[in-house]
Amino acid sequence: MRWSLAQGFSRRSFLRGAAGGTGSLILGVKYSPAEGAIKKHPSSVINNFIRVDPDNTTTLLINYAEFGNGAYTSLAMMVAEEMDIDWNTIVLEEAPTEPKYYSPLFKEYLTAGSVTTLSAWMPMRTAGAQARDLFLRAAALKWDTDIKALDTQLGNVIERNGDRSSTYGDLLVTIEKESLTALSNVSLKNPKSFKLIGTNTKRIEGTEKVNGSAIYGIDIKLPGMLYGSVARCPVYGGKALSWNDSKTMAVKGVVKTKRISSGIVVLAKDFWSAKKGRDALEVVWDEGQNASLSSEKFYSEYKALASKPGMLAEDIGNSLKVLHETRDTIEAVYEMPYLAHACMEPMNCTAMVEQDNADTDKISKCEIWSGTQYQSNDQEIVSKLLNIPQQSVTVHRPLIGGSFGRRASKTADFTVDAVEAANGENVPVQVIWSREEDIRGAHYRPLFVHKLRGALDDKGMPLAWHQTVVGQSIMQGTKHDPAYMVRGMDIYSLDGCLQEPFGVFRYGTSYAIPNHRVESHNPPKVGVNPHEWRAVGHTHTGIAYECFLDEMAHAGGKDPLDLRLELTKDNPRMNKVLKLLEEKTDWNTSLGEGRARGMAARIYSVSPCAQAVEITLLDNGEFSIDKVVCVIDCGIAVNPLGIESQVQGGISIGISAVAFGNIEIVDGRIKQSNFHDYNVMRINHMPEIEVHIIPSEEMPTGVGEQATAPIAPAVANAIFAASGTRVRSFPLSKHGFKLI
Amino acid sequence: MTTLSVNEKKHTVEVEADTPLLWVLRDHLNMTGTKYGCGIAQCGACTVHIDGSPQRSCVLPVSAVEGKEITTIEGLADAELLNEVQQAWLDFDVAQCGYCQSGQIMTATALLNHNSSPSDEDIDAAMSGHICRCGTYQRIREAIHHVANKPSVNIK
Ligand code: FES
Ligand code: FES
Repeated sequence: MRWSLAQGFSRRSFLRGAAGGTGSLILGVKYSPAEGAIKKHPSSVINNFIRVDPDNTTTLLINYAEFGNGAYTSLAMMVAEEMDIDWNTIVLEEAPTEPKYYSPLFKEYLTAGSVTTLSAWMPMRTAGAQARDLFLRAAALKWDTDIKALDTQLGNVIERNGDRSSTYGDLLVTIEKESLTALSNVSLKNPKSFKLIGTNTKRIEGTEKVNGSAIYGIDIKLPGMLYGSVARCPVYGGKALSWNDSKTMAVKGVVKTKRISSGIVVLAKDFWSAKKGRDALEVVWDEGQNASLSSEKFYSEYKALASKPGMLAEDIGNSLKVLHETRDTIEAVYEMPYLAHACMEPMNCTAMVEQDNADTDKISKCEIWSGTQYQSNDQEIVSKLLNIPQQSVTVHRPLIGGSFGRRASKTADFTVDAVEAANGENVPVQVIWSREEDIRGAHYRPLFVHKLRGALDDKGMPLAWHQTVVGQSIMQGTKHDPAYMVRGMDIYSLDGCLQEPFGVFRYGTSYAIPNHRVESHNPPKVGVNPHEWRAVGHTHTGIAYECFLDEMAHAGGKDPLDLRLELTKDNPRMNKVLKLLEEKTDWNTSLGEGRARGMAARIYSVSPCAQAVEITLLDNGEFSIDKVVCVIDCGIAVNPLGIESQVQGGISIGISAVAFGNIEIVDGRIKQSNFHDYNVMRINHMPEIEVHIIPSEEMPTGVGEQATAPIAPAVANAIFAASGTRVRSFPLSKHGFKLI
Repeated sequence: MTTLSVNEKKHTVEVEADTPLLWVLRDHLNMTGTKYGCGIAQCGACTVHIDGSPQRSCVLPVSAVEGKEITTIEGLADAELLNEVQQAWLDFDVAQCGYCQSGQIMTATALLNHNSSPSDEDIDAAMSGHICRCGTYQRIREAIHHVANKPSVNIK
């Protein structure tokens, strides 16, 4: 049982509870490999991911971020399974920001897209298997016996029919003496013989998260550190013309004020003084060109655009002709607002910029401590900002208090704040965003308008579909442009409404509608930053597609679930998910007066997921979500307990969005500012959630965002079923439907 | 000079009287288990016990808590043990990102101290001042019921 301590301060280590003793220890913050130990036992480094100490502790270098997603636990499970080690002997350490640790899918040091389990599946298992193989070979040499006579058992090599056994740690001496190294070609376990993978495994960093000892970015304390609070222009993109800090400097604890890119930063000895000083600052702003923007204007511009031809993303069959020839077409326009991520830990970052000893005008290196999803991007941006080589920027990744995409900032905005604030100070500076700055932080799920038209065949089945999607691109003009812009269209804007694979997204809606046309408008990127938000495109395409499909089902006299079963006949994975949903919800029974069901089905990043909700609606518009049944097929379920929590979380954040979520721009300003006006769901709103995982032998795929995709349309469809009112602009609270 | 009693230990700090207890704990006493989430008593992340009752430290000026007994997440259990609520949180694998959980555990502990078998409505009433953006509410409810159903509850 070991602790990694943060640099610059130590912290009492808490042992597990009396009844505890489960789980291993984790880094909150540990920055460099234990150099001393490596020098003493060079053989202890098995491969890029694993180090074994003589005391039989296994240190895993983890190259994915932990923000509640369960990455630390599932990666450790993969290694422990193949390496055959005791879960309690594992210590985790953060892998440095070097290309060898980049995600094989993204080719960057990035945790995103619900692909961590998939990306790490082969590398981590292989790393574990290499280590096991190495210790087996060492024991065979040491005991001069055939390797086939040996086996492993929780960190030991044992002789099957003999008495001898040795810990892995004790075999390090042999490895060193015989100059053994890990082989690249080792065989992996047959999934049928997994002992740990597939079992309910509790979070490896669980204890730290209940006794107050977990270290998040905001908890970093370094010697001499100053705290920063930034005065930002009320209109995003505006600049300070001048500022008067006489009242600020009178606040006890305030050290100085200075200009950084995002505004004027106040540095102080503690955060409260910095914030108090910031609030006392008098700044004259040039509000710039965004001052005239408003959500209302975006809606009306986008609605106008939705009626004009856009770029053609998909055209299966001939939708235009069918729709032209159909008398009773069905039409609808759906509107989705901006959404903030509102992670519980507000944005923050700590930075130390060091000057060259010889030439104090030059910067020699920079260290940052940041709860980031995107280490290589932060490193790259900071190196350009300070004009130093990328290797001179060290990124430390503490635990992360929620992210939902926010902390994969392409602009590294909260990191840049801290680096600019620290530059020239010779002490570390921690910039913390107040909740108000965080809500107004201008990285949002962008506002979208979808226009849909449909035609039914004589059996009431969808015959033609025409969808026009209007909203700003997330990827256009960023370094992801080449991979995510296809023929000038952002594939994220369209993810979830195309029937066929598009660009790097190798899956479609799972439905087969014979005539299917989708057009796209990505209007100019003005105002705030369009940003990834848990389930990205599906947060709007899911609502538009699944609610309109529901409209078509009703128009054609079809049951919404039957319709989807029919449409997915040629997609066995989704069809199976829907069949199980039908069974688990007793779909065909009636719920009684005032109660109703709604459902939706989505494929996000390969994993099909379908949900049915049960609601109770009162005459005054108040409604409760009583139950959600969720069926997901995510391939091999590495950690069912973790999958269940990701599904619960994905559903919760989706309900917050559909019921309350609304960021409005008025006169260039963000109207909402904190949790009193940016409402999110609380325990009293939480439905009972039942999770069913389809047994599978396929590669494990994502679960983090999948459950967010269907929940919003499922709830909106239930509102229709209960009230007969079809809500087409969100959130539901705009129309008097109040979640209780 | 303000003297505070935190987790049964006396601390003397030099801060302005209006400084919220939250920032005294975090920045002056380096006790970072108590979290900042909203600063306006909306989210519960900063919850501590003042003489045993759960309060939002982000809106509690330090001058108001002199002479009172302050308990934080770090002092919830004796020495290096966990209290029963913390243990239930572990057993039910409640935490996701974990950031809100110090506050949730402080309020749940206080709830169970005053009401050894809370109903779902009691849980809603006590816990709805807390936000968990990761959506751990179902397991929070299960963990509270679990503690309540244990034969002898002895929570600090
Ligand atoms: S930080 Fe105190 S209630 Fe949110
Ligand atoms: S566990 Fe992340 S906010 Fe509650």
